[in-house]
Amino acid sequence: MNAIELTLRARIAKSLPMQGSQTGKRRSAASQAIVLAMLLGGAVSLSGCVSVNAPDKPIVIELNINIKQEVVYRLSADAASTIEDNPDIF
Amino acid sequence: MNRATLGRLTLGLGAVIVGAMLVTSPLAAQSVANPALEAARATGQVGEQTDGYLGFPTPPSDEVRRVADSVNIKRRKVYVERAQARSSTVEDYAFTTACQLIAKTRPGEKYQAPDGSWRTRTAEPALRDNRCPPVGSPLPAG
Repeated sequence: MNAIELTLRARIAKSLPMQGSQTGKRRSAASQAIVLAMLLGGAVSLSGCVSVNAPDKPIVIELNINIKQEVVYRLSADAASTIEDNPDIF
Repeated sequence: MNRATLGRLTLGLGAVIVGAMLVTSPLAAQSVANPALEAARATGQVGEQTDGYLGFPTPPSDEVRRVADSVNIKRRKVYVERAQARSSTVEDYAFTTACQLIAKTRPGEKYQAPDGSWRTRTAEPALRDNRCPPVGSPLPAG
């Protein structure tokens, strides 16, 4: 965590107030409950805003045709000479 | 040069000619068209399938079946060899060859359309699978 501070020569490496292992006061049970309520409230209000609908049909990507076309194109010249070289069977 | 020497010379020359013919004949046989295949093709007794082999648009005679089977076995051997050389599958290589064989059928000859039905080639271009490269397109050399 302190790697950045250590590379800065001008400053002495130390943990910033919001970092590290300083011990703070424990929140009271009431304030914990308030924080929790705020978080829950936020989550609930958010879930009202964003809605994602799953598609009712499966998503199908047609890749086979493109791959086959590429293969056929690559083999075409070879196939043409094979036909020329074997007039007894083509 | 007496008669005996001349005779021996002629004999020797004859042997050389016969020897040369024996050596070249297997090569010559390979580059000559197959009359039985040509006849069956011209009369529509065999047609080009979409998979690179010969098929029968109508029920074949024993003779026609024998010719087609023999050709198909040889084709299969060539497809296997070339597919291996080009690191491809036998099916893909045979399919590519079929694209070209169907394209170069002559009017009156039979070929299989992409839906599997047998067609007679007309002056129009043959019906081919849409994965076949267009006829006359520049082909990659490699």
